[in-house]
Amino acid sequence: MSQKLLDAILEKKDLEAVAAVEKMLAEGYDPNKVLATCQQAMEIVGKRFEEKEFFLPDLIMSGEIMKKIMEVIKPWLKDSSDDKKSAGKIVFGTVEGDIHDIGKDIVIFMLEVNGFRVYDIGVDASPQKFVDKIKEVNPDIVGLSGFLTIAFDSMKKTVEAIERIGLRDKVKIMIGGGTVTEEINDYVRADAYGEDAITAVALSKKWMEEK
Amino acid sequence: MTQTNVKLKRIADAVELEVPDRVPIFLQPNYLPAKIAGLTYRDLYYNQDEYLDALRRLLIDLDPDLFLPGDTPVVAPGPINDLWGTVQIKWPGHGIGVNVSHQFVEGEYMKQEEYDHFLDDPTDFLIRVYTPRIFKKMAGLSMLPPLINLSLGCYFGAAMANFFSTPPIAAALEAMQASAKTGAEWTMKFSRFHQEMAELGIYASHAATAMVPFDIISDMLRGMKGSMMDMFQVPEKLLAAQEKLYPSVLEGAVQVAKVTGNPRVFIPLHRGADGFMSPKQFELFYWPMLKKLILDLIDEELTPLPFFEGVYEQRLQYLAELPKGKVIGWFDRSDLSQVKVALKDTMCIAAGMPVSLLQTGTPETVKEYTRKIIDTAGGDGGLIMATNTVLDEANPELIKVWVDYTKEYGRYV
Repeated sequence: MSQKLLDAILEKKDLEAVAAVEKMLAEGYDPNKVLATCQQAMEIVGKRFEEKEFFLPDLIMSGEIMKKIMEVIKPWLKDSSDDKKSAGKIVFGTVEGDIHDIGKDIVIFMLEVNGFRVYDIGVDASPQKFVDKIKEVNPDIVGLSGFLTIAFDSMKKTVEAIERIGLRDKVKIMIGGGTVTEEINDYVRADAYGEDAITAVALSKKWMEEK
Repeated sequence: MTQTNVKLKRIADAVELEVPDRVPIFLQPNYLPAKIAGLTYRDLYYNQDEYLDALRRLLIDLDPDLFLPGDTPVVAPGPINDLWGTVQIKWPGHGIGVNVSHQFVEGEYMKQEEYDHFLDDPTDFLIRVYTPRIFKKMAGLSMLPPLINLSLGCYFGAAMANFFSTPPIAAALEAMQASAKTGAEWTMKFSRFHQEMAELGIYASHAATAMVPFDIISDMLRGMKGSMMDMFQVPEKLLAAQEKLYPSVLEGAVQVAKVTGNPRVFIPLHRGADGFMSPKQFELFYWPMLKKLILDLIDEELTPLPFFEGVYEQRLQYLAELPKGKVIGWFDRSDLSQVKVALKDTMCIAAGMPVSLLQTGTPETVKEYTRKIIDTAGGDGGLIMATNTVLDEANPELIKVWVDYTKEYGRYV
């Protein structure tokens, strides 16, 4: 039965996946085990995306399937399993003046399937919004996303705001998105530029190992 | 040869993969003139005359061969957006800062279950369902009767007139009427401006724009997420909707190109890039229509100018199927040497300078990069020097260095 659910998610068959979950729960399967199968499926989705076997539509569709499954499974879960240890905490957002979210959402998806706890502060996020979230959750890493060239200056201002509150040494900062390049990394004084979601995951893992 | 003829020949040589006198330059000013002239980005939406003066000064100063037309950053004039209550974009000073570029607000403006209405009667769907959603002040149009009732001809007169008296419908019609003058004036001014520049030998890259049907569905109707779920959930409807849209895309582009006399047709591509879909999905949902559009435009003796935004390295083998010397492919972040190797016998490549370097580099690094571009992709012609995206925030001094150095180092004779 678990295999059937796993296959349905990987083949992006939403109705079949939800039906499998409903059947498993009705037959008395442990909801936590059902959830574990789903998580296993999402890890495979992430891996296939890394290996260029899956693409953006696959991420979106499997994300939607997960959302539907969670709606079904939530009433069956007694306690939240959210407290399990994460690979690291990351505050992530699209910087001020920019409302693009595709790149941000792909990176967050990949970070989450790799075990990171990501705090998504949305789009058009001001330096203050980043600072507030950083103070609140004390992350290991901060991710700045932006699609427009105007984002370069917003990224710079965000890094400066983090410097001003004295937390620059406490976090690693990565930048990326649409028109961002390696030169911009020096310009905004971030720690690294990542060309894609895979690089973002690799950078985050490397930084956590170095901690 | 006159100055304008020299430039026309230069562009034609580059497109036809002959060696021109020098590498042509294609400039993408977008919001940049506002910044240089001390205007705000908002002024582009509300203060057309001052913006066009600023753009004129910039173009005359840099004297490129081609430029992205003045109306590119203005999705629709500010007063029209105000009158119609546009929700699909945020424009400078409206939902974003006065010096922030316009941005699209993606949404599921057509729901998946509405494909059937769209496929059955697209015009009825677009007028009575879609338009009221994307323009707040057109909400009244949703109260119109199904448009097929117009088949009742003169018998429907009183009933139709009665609908027009309904206050929300009347308000929508008034908003349309009130925008008419602005629409006509803006269009006329841009058209005169482009004519004036052409007389100086500075040509608008295009007048006509054509979007591939997948992008219309994904950008404007279903939203990216919606369209991508459709690939799995209702693939046959997604394909049928593309077929439905295609004739109007082609017809509109051909008409504008013929009326304006500008043969180049801009095709901004959004969702076909590497990563946005698998090669298999690209083959099914994207490439057939894109290829058809390009070939049909060529049949009309027009020059397609697709903008391959993002990375198209996995798509180069498809692009190589296109006929030789008929297309200008403008590339964003694809690796230039790979593009050149794959397409040197197919299309003219417009590409090269990352705007990030024109924003943060030095005269030396800009010159070095310019040289690298020409050496990589311009050795035997077939190159138009361009930036990877719009110049909005680039440093004017570095732009000048880049343009001047291209004119110097990019000479073939």
